[in-house]
Amino acid sequence: MIREIVVHRAGPGVTIQDMGRAGWLAQGLSRGGAADRLALAEGATLLNQPDDLAAIEIAGSFLGLEASTPTRIALTGAPMRALCNGDPLAWQSSHALQAGARLELSGSAGGYSYVHFGGGIAADVILGARSAHLAAGLGQMLEAQDKLALGADSGGRVGMTFTPLPRFDGGTLRLVETPQTRLFSQAERTRFTQTPFRKDARANRMGQRLVAEGAGFGTDGGLSILSETIVAGDVQITGDGAPFVLLSECQTTGGYPRIGTVLPCDLPRLVQAPANASLRFTFVPLPEAAALERLEAARRDALRSKLRPLIRNPHDMPDLLAYQLVSGMTRGDELEGPST
Amino acid sequence: MPVTPETPKWPVIQGIGVDGFLITFNDSLTEAANRAALAFRAALDGAGLCGVEETSTSLASVYLRFDLRAVDHETLRAALAALLQQADWYAAPLPTGRKLWRVPAVFGTALAPQLKEAASLAGLSPDQAIAEFCAHPLRVQAIGFAPGQPYLGQLPPQWDIPRQTGLTPRVPEGALAVAIRQMVLFSVSTPTGWRHVGQTALRLFQPDQPDPFILRPGDEVQLVPVTRAEFENIRQSDALGGATSQAVA
Repeated sequence: MIREIVVHRAGPGVTIQDMGRAGWLAQGLSRGGAADRLALAEGATLLNQPDDLAAIEIAGSFLGLEASTPTRIALTGAPMRALCNGDPLAWQSSHALQAGARLELSGSAGGYSYVHFGGGIAADVILGARSAHLAAGLGQMLEAQDKLALGADSGGRVGMTFTPLPRFDGGTLRLVETPQTRLFSQAERTRFTQTPFRKDARANRMGQRLVAEGAGFGTDGGLSILSETIVAGDVQITGDGAPFVLLSECQTTGGYPRIGTVLPCDLPRLVQAPANASLRFTFVPLPEAAALERLEAARRDALRSKLRPLIRNPHDMPDLLAYQLVSGMTRGDELEGPST
Repeated sequence: MPVTPETPKWPVIQGIGVDGFLITFNDSLTEAANRAALAFRAALDGAGLCGVEETSTSLASVYLRFDLRAVDHETLRAALAALLQQADWYAAPLPTGRKLWRVPAVFGTALAPQLKEAASLAGLSPDQAIAEFCAHPLRVQAIGFAPGQPYLGQLPPQWDIPRQTGLTPRVPEGALAVAIRQMVLFSVSTPTGWRHVGQTALRLFQPDQPDPFILRPGDEVQLVPVTRAEFENIRQSDALGGATSQAVA
């Protein structure tokens, strides 16, 4: 039987994503790929498979699907309410779906959620990747009745979980300076780092606009900047003075002044912040930023060592009660996970 | 006539993001700086510096991204500075393998509604404007913003008109828009602040083709005015929208 997933219902912003297409910048095509690449790496780790396989990204909406055959899945990124045939499944965990099982995901507080499948989604590879790049016209949002073929699953253990890097409550985003940072006065840069921001409701995979109380930000004088390469994480100050943080599907060149660039390891914190969360910026020196990125890369390489079984003997779980209350997604008897 | 760095300040190497460098040849667009950027990127690709993962050019600068775990900033910056010393990049010739493209375009009409407004900003009649757009081939000075999308230039000085303050919510793929002595030929449907003066049927990004990108930096684009009726026929013909190419170098 064909291993596939049938989409029964899909809200807006549900797409197939992987690590994106690096290497096409010279042709004007940005890398794209998952808004939260850390969540992709986490899902790959949970399923013990390569992290370049494609998964489903859900941008704060909902998804209902059915597995045609027994299928391993993992759920990562922004937590959602997950039901398998009506029974709750723990988020940040791997599970086994039986043939014909219905998976319903809803109740996102915002941010980006991911469903990973053993073997990954076998969508067509275009220019080296399977991810939808909506701005470039590659791929499209998923819709009801879509059928997604799965790749061969090498198999492995399910019922594993881990504690994700905290990033679902806003917080501080670290920046490095850009060639244009000094076009903003010291006073303006200081005000920028002292201002709490919130995410604007207008957002997509190209960028996230931020809003704050008080006046917008600007450079001194009407500087015109020759259009040059821009990178994901760049914080453009557009005409209205609001910061606009460029994300994976951004344009490749631009001429707006950029006050700083968010560290790649902090972008998951931005994209996963709920709508009402407070976000702040702080500048770090480049050597420190490079060291932080190297640390994060090493931490991701070691994710596997952080996995633990979802099924735990209650006698070994002094935090059992807290675990249930905090997650809000399991009943006591669900700690056994789905039967395999 | 030898062309040397326009001021002693250029070129400069600056960090961009945590894992990139930008080598800038001038802070405004000049013919020499544009050629320098194209030539230096080719040299950079040929040099095979340790850790370099990707390079690209924009109008007057070269970007490179590197693997932080393979090389550090100091080492790579020194290697870039050494490479910059190896030639007078401002005197470099344009890349080889360039093509001249002849691209049919309809100007004005309901398909490109801002011709009159743009011409007026340049102090010209619509017919004079069309004549200037089509007088000479325009050079692909950079590919960027969207896949396969060229910045074409350079138009005469009267075309140094600003972008409009508001955004046009959407121009179609193949739209020709003008601002700051350049034209953009849009490869995707997008909002823009540039004024929409012409329309082509050329699909610049064809992801289902073996070579999905039609234009390269250094290519030339000769716009050929056609009537609306001719355009409607061309539009049915093929994905190139009647465009033809020949080698120029």
